[in-house]
Amino acid sequence: MNPVNYLYLAALLFTIGASGVLVRRNAIVVFMCVELMLNACNLALVTFSRMHGNLDGQIVAFFTMVVAAAEVVVGLAIIVSLFRSRHSASVDDASLMKL
Amino acid sequence: MSATAVHGLWTTMGGVTSAAPGDRFAAPTIEYAQLAPVLIVLGAAVLGVLAEAFVPRRGRYYTQVFLTVVALAAAFAAVVALAAGGYGTTKARIAAMGAIAVDGPALFLQGTILLVSMVAVFTFAERRLDPEAHGNRVDSFVAQAGAVPGSDGEKAAVRAGFTTTEVFPLVLFAIAGMLVFPAANDLLTLFIALEVFSLPLYLLCAVARRKRLMSQEAAVKYFLLGAFSSAFLLFGIALLYGYAGSVSYATIANVVNGSVQGIDPALADTMGNDALLLIGGAMIVTGLLFKVGAVPFHMWTPDVYQGAPTPVTGFMAAATKVAAFGALLRLLYVVLPGLAWDWRPVMWAVAVVTMLGGAIVAITQTDIKRLLAYSSIAHAGFILAGVIATTPEGISSVLFYLVAYSFVTVGAFAVVTLVRDAGGEATHLSKWAGLGRRSPLVAAVFAVFLLAFAGIPLTSGFTGKFAVFKAAAEGGAAGLVVVGVISSAIAAFFYIRVIVLMFFSEPKADGPTVAVPSPLTMTTIAVGVAVTLVLGLAPQYFLDLASQAGVFVR
Repeated sequence: MNPVNYLYLAALLFTIGASGVLVRRNAIVVFMCVELMLNACNLALVTFSRMHGNLDGQIVAFFTMVVAAAEVVVGLAIIVSLFRSRHSASVDDASLMKL
Repeated sequence: MSATAVHGLWTTMGGVTSAAPGDRFAAPTIEYAQLAPVLIVLGAAVLGVLAEAFVPRRGRYYTQVFLTVVALAAAFAAVVALAAGGYGTTKARIAAMGAIAVDGPALFLQGTILLVSMVAVFTFAERRLDPEAHGNRVDSFVAQAGAVPGSDGEKAAVRAGFTTTEVFPLVLFAIAGMLVFPAANDLLTLFIALEVFSLPLYLLCAVARRKRLMSQEAAVKYFLLGAFSSAFLLFGIALLYGYAGSVSYATIANVVNGSVQGIDPALADTMGNDALLLIGGAMIVTGLLFKVGAVPFHMWTPDVYQGAPTPVTGFMAAATKVAAFGALLRLLYVVLPGLAWDWRPVMWAVAVVTMLGGAIVAITQTDIKRLLAYSSIAHAGFILAGVIATTPEGISSVLFYLVAYSFVTVGAFAVVTLVRDAGGEATHLSKWAGLGRRSPLVAAVFAVFLLAFAGIPLTSGFTGKFAVFKAAAEGGAAGLVVVGVISSAIAAFFYIRVIVLMFFSEPKADGPTVAVPSPLTMTTIAVGVAVTLVLGLAPQYFLDLASQAGVFVR
């Protein structure tokens, strides 16, 4: 199968993730959409790695997975602490600083 | 592209396995001495985490402060030693198998980050501003970050005298990431450094002692938008990798220049495909401009600066900007100079809207931290004007501006921590009315910082702006300089307004008090004033230093 198709899939997943970040209200769902974007990046990296015949892209993909895991740790800690003090994880409710 | 034309990994690997086992895997060479600044800071951060686990609670604060300050001083000494050894000029090289550049701009910015972090850490350690809680001195950070605001658990934590000493290892990790960021010489290192300094910053934003809901809100906003922008950066990295077949800056630059001969026809779809280059480059620059706080990507700045604990805001505003501009400069000047005709108009537009947008919106602000946030956006625009110059003078003027700006910022936010009322810091501008009558020294110091932000002669702000605008004009961006001067004039209006408010209006009866800080914050403010005046009155030595340092290694 032509590997370029995987690039189209990666771009599609990235777009779905980006639009999810922009339209969803719940911080957890927004965060999951960001993770989807990172996974789309991984798919693109691995596909390019296959096309170029070198391993750089796969190595970057491994690092991305580690970074994504670290981001989950930090992100969930912050979102859970916000949820515990407000009983809501909606990003629209977090508007103390609006003018 | 047909399936047979695709390179299979097994064919490459097959060729390698037939060779002698010794050839199969070359052990990497790491130049530990040249990476010493980063390694010292990272090592101290790991020790700090261990100290959290093993040092008794009573001694943790002193252990952490000592460890942090010693590590930053040692790392700065290492930077100076490297620079004195000629690594900034004649012996500039790429270290760690092409991952890290050790050259003039990298060392200059690392030294700046380390010094400015050191004075910022002094404000982290300040414990005399808040009244004592149950006989324990408290700093700006929450007793226990996991406790719900206003709950019994929080009260118990305050009574027990807990403090979040984890901020010191976190800030060390952030500094280590910032040291690598402007020195990163491949896209993978760039991404990892970005995450290493961003993740601790997200956490640091969430741990304010007062106004905890605002602090948590700032952290969530910073985290979600920061993760969003780093996903863009990563997709850009993937596309540039697809374009060049490598993540190394030098290789990508060669492919961009077209100096790579004999591109494999099987890769005609990807390698050298301009669509991948343009979209990928744009996405990476987007990610970096987000960290810089340039206008289409600035929406997080005011909220995060306002909600984060003020010492963290000062650190973040100063050090992040230095690191991010360093990375942006290296990317544009080392990887994409062959694309300058494409990125210059875009950056031109970004710089114009950043300068004008930051300055105009700042006029309407009523909160001193938000005002400084918008001022930092305007300053990002001024620095971008120097980036656009695409000349060696452009690089050195940006380096100089970053030094000048970062010390003023840390000093200004340190003054903000001093003006307090019953609810903590009194950040609303109306409360600053008449501060000059109440506390002439603090108001005068803050006035010096505001004049430096405004770019009044005899302060570092003027020298920096002059250098940047001169470089931009000589680099063929005279129109940008006109816009820059106009927005400087707009910005001067609201800086002067605050000065007028402090000195020429009557203090209110229920106005804030000015806390007397410990020598820690005094040092921060004194260093800020000293650097502001020295760079304003006798800048020549530092201008020379910046121009010597202004050459990127390829």
